[in-house]
Amino acid sequence: MNALRKRLWGVAAYCRRNPKLLSGVSIILALVLFWLIGSLLVSPTRAAALTGLPSQPPSWQYLLGTDTHGRDLLAVMMVGTGLTLRIGVLAGAIGLGIGIILGFLSGYYGGFLDTVIKGASDVLLTVPLLVVLVVVASMIPGVISLNLMILIVASLSWMLPTRAIRAQVLTMREKAYIQVAKLSGMNNLEVIVKELMPNLLPYLAASFVAATAGAVLASIGLSFLGLGPQHLPTLGMTIYWSISFAAMLRGMWWWWVPPTVIIAALFVGLFLLTAGLDEIANPRLRRGI
Amino acid sequence: MTISYLLKRLGFFVLVIWVAATFIFFLPRLAKRNPIVERMSETAQAAGFIGEGLAEMQKDWEAKFGLDKPLWKQYQYYLRDTLRLDFGYSLAYYPAKVVDQMMRALPWTIGLFGMATLISVVLGSLAGALLAWPKAPRFLQYLLPFFLTLSAVPYYLMGLILLFLFAFIIRIFPLGGGYSVAVAPSLSFPFILDILRHSVLPGLALVLGGVGFWALQMRAMMVVGLEEDYITFAEAKGLGGKRIFLRYALRNVLLPQATSLALSLGMMISGAILVEVVFGYPGLGTLLLKAVSGFDYNLINGVVFIIIIIIAVATLLMDVLYPWLDPRISYGRRMR
Repeated sequence: MNALRKRLWGVAAYCRRNPKLLSGVSIILALVLFWLIGSLLVSPTRAAALTGLPSQPPSWQYLLGTDTHGRDLLAVMMVGTGLTLRIGVLAGAIGLGIGIILGFLSGYYGGFLDTVIKGASDVLLTVPLLVVLVVVASMIPGVISLNLMILIVASLSWMLPTRAIRAQVLTMREKAYIQVAKLSGMNNLEVIVKELMPNLLPYLAASFVAATAGAVLASIGLSFLGLGPQHLPTLGMTIYWSISFAAMLRGMWWWWVPPTVIIAALFVGLFLLTAGLDEIANPRLRRGI
Repeated sequence: MTISYLLKRLGFFVLVIWVAATFIFFLPRLAKRNPIVERMSETAQAAGFIGEGLAEMQKDWEAKFGLDKPLWKQYQYYLRDTLRLDFGYSLAYYPAKVVDQMMRALPWTIGLFGMATLISVVLGSLAGALLAWPKAPRFLQYLLPFFLTLSAVPYYLMGLILLFLFAFIIRIFPLGGGYSVAVAPSLSFPFILDILRHSVLPGLALVLGGVGFWALQMRAMMVVGLEEDYITFAEAKGLGGKRIFLRYALRNVLLPQATSLALSLGMMISGAILVEVVFGYPGLGTLLLKAVSGFDYNLINGVVFIIIIIIAVATLLMDVLYPWLDPRISYGRRMR
């Protein structure tokens, strides 16, 4: 018990030194709670079109009003936050997974493979990714489903993790403890999993959050052009509909303000989280802002 | 700078363009969407459905666009046409050619994006450098966290908010578009003023979103740069603060900033495109939105390709100018 308390104190003390991490985690947690508690209190079916009166301003019945299609916007916000978070986290995880595999292949084994992987990620990094995703998404027949959206976004979110991991592996593999591990008879896979991975954990965490933020950014960007999951009330699609139905000009601020605020909060949260994790991974950055 | 570095860099440029062109060519052919059939059935439905002869018509059109030839032949033609920037006809606005539509939109995007990038990099770098400078005013210290938070918010959301605040609530700026409908486009003073008025809000969205990022980077490099021996030496010589700041400290840390600018151009233009959509600015972004919503396959490919080219050319220019900016760098030459 005492040990646990001591440990918690340690975490609390660290959070005081790293306020960015603390505020980032709090913002993200608040959004997750909003989604979880929201889906318990408000029925998600109210987020579907034609379930309420159209174009209602906020009232006791509809706390955030309804849009032109009669969606209850409070329910839309709750469902949408969940969907957008899901796209980001899953696409970020896939991107990180690919990044781990490619980064280790490239950094640890080197050689021709390294040239190809590094070249491919360099080419893709200089290209404006959004327009590449536009080509991909616009060629898909029919309606884009949530899983498809995740795959589309994930397909181009592996380059930054790959580069970050490769760079770390390159410096780490020359360290003495890796040589010792090899001499003591570990094979390459064991060295990677048992020696390199644990040391890379903070980097992996930071890369994961960065990849998630990138994926959310890309998915919302695509939604802005109408290339998101058209049948689902994600935050990006909600803004798309509000723009295409001229919500601002019609004075329907309750349609576009809530998703804008939530998306902005999400990005600020992810940004603070990345900065906080960077500080753990890269002690030289401490004493930052 | 040596010839071999230049050749290598040019090779990379050609590689990027070729990969992009090839990708744009093969991807639609992997997908099972046929724009000709889609457009024909749309037209047929609009005209009252006549089922007869559609198959022959489809064959005819495919022959006209060269789609009946073997794939490698099509690819060959495609590469040749792409080299000439010929993307064929727009499918949704048929008699218009893709290239004409793009050329009409291009100056708007380059103007807005170029100016906004320039302003945000210069302002951000200067602010960041001053943040690390001990004699700088204190209030800057409090501005950085604010702008840094703003830079986490995507440009287009910033655009929406600015549009609401300064065009809808306080009506000092127009609600969108590139110029007023009432003003005839000409090279006169009122028209230029009108264009500038229309570009303030979209430009501001891009600048506000970028300044914090550049300031943070610059500050980090300036902190390291100020500890160099040549700064101490300059101080010991008794040089003025302004001179040390501009000529000794700033000049030396400007170069890494140029590198990171080259790396983030792609990200930034993606944001600029979406800002155009928010404001209905008549550039490539709005054109892309029109192309996507009309499933105008040729127009989508053209716009995407031209954006990739803009960024590739900008990166190439920066990389070629980089050694010229910094005399210490000489790629490919051996150290003596």
